Amino acid sequence: MDDIAIRTLGLSKRYGAFTAVDALDLEVRFGEVFGLLGPNGAGKTTTILMLLGLTERTEGTAEVMGLDPARRPLEVKRLVGYLPDEVGFYGGLTGRQNLRFTARLNRLERATTERRIDELLARVGLTERGDDAVDTYSRGMRQRLGLADVLIKEPRIVILDEPTAAIDPVGVVELLAVIRSLAVELGVAVLLSSHLLPQVERVCDRVGIFVRGRMVEQGTVRELAERMPAREVLTEVGADGDPEATRAALEALPGVTIREQNRLDPRVWLVATDQDARSEMVAQLTARGLAVFQVNRVGIELDELYRRYFAQAEEEAARVSVA
Amino acid sequence: MSASPEVLVATPSAPDHADAQVGGWRIIAAKEFADHLNSVRFLLLTLGLGLAAVGAVYATAGGIRDVAPAASGSPALFLKLFTVGSGNLPPLVDFVAFLGPLLGIAFGFDAINNERTERTLPRLLSQPIWRDDVINGKFAGALATIALILAAITAIVAGIGIVQLGVVPGPEDLLRLLVWYAIAVVYIGFWLALATLCSVLLRRAATSALAAMSVWLVAALFATLLAGVVADAVTPMPADATFDQQLANATLRLDLGRLSPGTIFAESTQAILDPSVRTTGVVVSTQVDRAVPTVLSFDQSLLVVWPQVVALVALTTLCFALAYMAFMRQEVRA
Repeated sequence: MDDIAIRTLGLSKRYGAFTAVDALDLEVRFGEVFGLLGPNGAGKTTTILMLLGLTERTEGTAEVMGLDPARRPLEVKRLVGYLPDEVGFYGGLTGRQNLRFTARLNRLERATTERRIDELLARVGLTERGDDAVDTYSRGMRQRLGLADVLIKEPRIVILDEPTAAIDPVGVVELLAVIRSLAVELGVAVLLSSHLLPQVERVCDRVGIFVRGRMVEQGTVRELAERMPAREVLTEVGADGDPEATRAALEALPGVTIREQNRLDPRVWLVATDQDARSEMVAQLTARGLAVFQVNRVGIELDELYRRYFAQAEEEAARVSVA
Repeated sequence: MSASPEVLVATPSAPDHADAQVGGWRIIAAKEFADHLNSVRFLLLTLGLGLAAVGAVYATAGGIRDVAPAASGSPALFLKLFTVGSGNLPPLVDFVAFLGPLLGIAFGFDAINNERTERTLPRLLSQPIWRDDVINGKFAGALATIALILAAITAIVAGIGIVQLGVVPGPEDLLRLLVWYAIAVVYIGFWLALATLCSVLLRRAATSALAAMSVWLVAALFATLLAGVVADAVTPMPADATFDQQLANATLRLDLGRLSPGTIFAESTQAILDPSVRTTGVVVSTQVDRAVPTVLSFDQSLLVVWPQVVALVALTTLCFALAYMAFMRQEVRA
């Protein structure tokens, strides 16, 4: 079984002289969360609209489960659930009525519809508010209703445009957990776009960095980090005994810079090195009689990574325009 | 990359596909219809127009009864309920000609731009429907609402008239009334299409409503004035105008007036509801000299206004077609 949900080759969209999306090659598989990351105006939404057949492409090919969205939009839209950026609902209708309307547009049977609405409202935590007019909902609640709206058609592919932009941090965590479970439990292919990298990195299996209509890099977060030129590695090191002794021992090693002392546990130091130097650090501390209790490679600083890719692309673009 | 057979199996089967192609607009129309019926504007418009109509028919019926001895035996007495005013109140048909546009504009001015400002359009279009289902459904839902209001008012007027006058409409009266009703729906449909066009082109609902209403005001209030001014300029009327000059002026004035849908509707109304009307054009005294006053049969009346009816249908269709094309060309995010 071909497990490719979405595949594009050389997908391009131009508005006159302006290129919104430039020769995009993209692959999203079932059971995977793919993050399309880039600043506002990078062409993320345009790409999504082309995948749904809502905007015509200028060049290239796109396939959604083997279907061309430009030629068979109805079938594609039946298989794909789409949560737009800042999703809107009919404010005068209740949450339940809004979901019912979507279900009817997808030609779901009435009996199935009511059951699914109950399930989904429970899943997104809106059971008690389901019969209130959407006008009374907060933005976070609208976003959660949006997720229910996407799921009511039981999509095989879910596309989320800036799903976390409008909601509070707790809401983000809950939303991302649901998104993750879609991919893992239901084998749904999830494509999400965001300009808030740190929020979504945890749920994305793979990410693509998308700047000015071009995919500048794609892969797992770790792959991307490793491809970065001359990056420093951050490690948290903690040893029993006098924190200053630990500090002196670490500083004696070549290429080690102490960044900061952990505020909660003063015995732990944040150390920057050119490359992974965990074993050297452990050996050094042990040699000086300091019992190591913690050596952690700290999560790759994606924000930094993102900024650097972004900056690179901007520089390139500037160079091109000068030339 | 071509699709593998397994992928094709996973896609909806052929009957599903066919099913998806029909009826999208109906689902939207049903929702729009329900929304309109629950809306405040429906309540206000129905109450307002209903009261106006009831007032008009009470006055008219009283007036007709007063002259009943003289009027008895006059053809199509029942239809006079709709066409004859009394004192200060205009008859129902004039109410419809004047306020019908308001009805059309009220249910169409925010059709599309409201979907944009509420950000529901991308979500709606990402459902398995065609893009034109949205505008078709919106138009159909609103037109159904308007047809309902108009039917209710017409029925109320007819009912009051029957009670007040004790005149029971004959089959031909009913037929004429039905045809008038259909023409009126098309006429209001024109204003609905115009308002829908405004709602596609103009981002803000308030701007769209104002634009549609200015067209209405120009057509309703100034069209006759403007037609007169233009006609006098093109075919001057000196104090000692010859017959030909007068005829040319009158004809041009009439033709220019017919550019306004209101005029076309008023003309069709006259001939359909009043069997004694034999023409909508310019009549000179020699033509009616010693003419025997007779009534036209229904099909003859229809023949008199057939050009007007066709023109009205064409105007409405054209206006909706413009809205349709504009909507189909717009970007989803625009």
